[in-house]
Amino acid sequence: MILCDSNVYKSIQEKFILAQPGDTIYLPKGKVNIERSLWGDNLNNVMILGYGIDSTILSFDNQIEGAEGIKIINSSNVTLKNFTIENSKGDLIKVEDTNGINFINIKAQWTGGPLEINGSYALYPVKSKNVLIDSCIAIGASDAGIYVGQSENIIVKNSEAFYNVAGIEIENSIFADVFNNYAHDNSGGILIFDLPDLLVKRGGDVRVFNNRVINNNISNFAPEGNIVAKVPAGTGIMILATSNVEIFDNYISNNKTANTSIVSYFITEEEISDSLYYPYPTSIYLYDNSYYRDKQFPSFSFKQPIGFLLAYNFWRNVPDIIYDGITDTNIIQNNFVKDEYRICIKNNKNADFVNLDLGNNFNNMSQDLAPYDCIHEKIKKVKYPFEK
Amino acid sequence: MINKLFFVIILVFSSILFSSFNFNQKISDYNIYEGDPRNLITTSNYFEYEIKTPLFTDYAYKHRAIYIPSNKKILYQEREVLDFPIGTIISKTFYYPENFNDIDSKINLKETRILIHDVNGWIGLPYIWNNEQTEAYLEITGGTKKTSWTDIDNNRQSINYIIPNMNQCKGCHVNSGKLKPIGPTARQLNMDFKGLGNQLLIWHNKGIIDNLPDYNLLPEIAKWDDSDTYSVNDRARAWLDINCAHCHNKNGSANNTGLYLDIYEEDLKSIGINKTPVAAGRGSGHLKYDIVPGNPDKSILVYRFESTDPGIMMPELGRTMIHKEGLELIREWIRNLD
Repeated sequence: MILCDSNVYKSIQEKFILAQPGDTIYLPKGKVNIERSLWGDNLNNVMILGYGIDSTILSFDNQIEGAEGIKIINSSNVTLKNFTIENSKGDLIKVEDTNGINFINIKAQWTGGPLEINGSYALYPVKSKNVLIDSCIAIGASDAGIYVGQSENIIVKNSEAFYNVAGIEIENSIFADVFNNYAHDNSGGILIFDLPDLLVKRGGDVRVFNNRVINNNISNFAPEGNIVAKVPAGTGIMILATSNVEIFDNYISNNKTANTSIVSYFITEEEISDSLYYPYPTSIYLYDNSYYRDKQFPSFSFKQPIGFLLAYNFWRNVPDIIYDGITDTNIIQNNFVKDEYRICIKNNKNADFVNLDLGNNFNNMSQDLAPYDCIHEKIKKVKYPFEK
Repeated sequence: MINKLFFVIILVFSSILFSSFNFNQKISDYNIYEGDPRNLITTSNYFEYEIKTPLFTDYAYKHRAIYIPSNKKILYQEREVLDFPIGTIISKTFYYPENFNDIDSKINLKETRILIHDVNGWIGLPYIWNNEQTEAYLEITGGTKKTSWTDIDNNRQSINYIIPNMNQCKGCHVNSGKLKPIGPTARQLNMDFKGLGNQLLIWHNKGIIDNLPDYNLLPEIAKWDDSDTYSVNDRARAWLDINCAHCHNKNGSANNTGLYLDIYEEDLKSIGINKTPVAAGRGSGHLKYDIVPGNPDKSILVYRFESTDPGIMMPELGRTMIHKEGLELIREWIRNLD
């Protein structure tokens, strides 16, 4: 049974407005159509609770207003739990300027498959502190399924992302643990990005471990103009211009263009005018991961031409770990990168490697791993004050 | 001990509940309008005022009025919104004349938005007018109203006018985490009011504003549709300032985008020129930059102003129509940029 329309909106929105600290807002059972964005503001210690994934479905198929399904701003310790939310016109759940936001057992999806007309982000905490995403499913985002931007102290775990352009993306954020997730059938599985011209200048201290990152080969359907539109289909884990990243114990398989890539912002070919922005990936530690790759061509697209270059050089045997080789000259001492800034690649099972030397037109392309045989101090575990 | 704690909790809860239900349920409780509200004549408690370049809200007309408690004064601010004393009430009534070409035609009142400066900060409340046009009632969840009128080109227009909910009020009015008025800045108020003289000077003469500088030191924003007096650049920046900058400023809710459209922003990239979007998603419309100088059709700004899809359009709230004239101004401005 589908309950109708403005009355459902009204009754849930009213609860969002009147909620007091300690309250639980119960979402109705079954599928309900909601035509306007639900807004929470200044919610403190509030839970928004459904009857379970697919038992409570908030559908925004007929949305007439609002750039997201649910928007929560200026709040603290809010928990969203046990429901499905789908087909909003913009993002599904956006959370802004909030300290303590827990997404638990949420399915956030566009139900028509990977389509460009889908909204941008399924789960979208931004400018927030203490973010937990646990046991969630994100499907069909035309940008990123699980997207954490300009935030601090983050856990993304036990979640699944597929049919998105980016499965999971951590952008300009610091202190993040991304583990026990399953990212498959996206264009890119897990992305760790730092971008210029933002208030939060430098992300980092990110750990990505125990994830399965498999078959992220669907063609990139992001509208051009967005940074993820530049991600080549067939990307497993990608580190873009982020420092202090530790990637270990992952199973990374059959992402046909690059099971793992480590690149500078220069590959975007965008001009950098932000003097406080640092475009290089440094202090990267990639170890103990398991790789697999069938002999196959990388993805070919004129929008992300790297596939042609890789096929030209490697045919169907594209290396698993790809580094663009563009290095900050300021961190080089006596011809070597200073220890604390090195890219360390060690003890990965079944992995081969290439430094493309993109800065010099592939002139000194090298598959020698010896220069990357080093270790970094391990990054500390994220401590989460609101964990349920 | 536990009893005491319980008592404190009850006290806290009841005070919160009290404050949230203590709002006037009817617009008439504010005593803003004299006689038939459709005449839009304010009582002597309120000062009617205008702003120079208003926010576009589906071509709605707006009647603005302000109440300043007696013996209190507004403190002048050069750039920020004026500093209004505790107890201030700002009212904005949205209405549509039946015929935009006939000032004396019947008008339809849609909603009145109230901002109250409480001791704990500003509060925003939406009131919706009844069909009889005799009263407006508090509707914290907002609403929709079928609305039609004859526009200036004598075309009949019909929309589902959307009234924001109480939290959405805050969505636009929040700055550095606090709710604030947007319109009544010195630059917006610095204009003639109905031929009676400059509004700020009128306020000064009535003794409700303090620290007003010399008249010629007052900041001024361009009137967006007055091409005889103001340049395209000044008019476009004024239009962006009032339509976008409440979110797109360094302390606003869209500061994650790095796009700052307030009138004081000078960095060309921050204004959007050759700037790649950050989180536009399908709002990018396959375009690479927010503004491409000389090329409005390649500019994401234009694409988003031209849309009425809730997942694409900007501003995100407050309109279901395209502001054709504003859009044309922005197009002209971008065409002339180099």
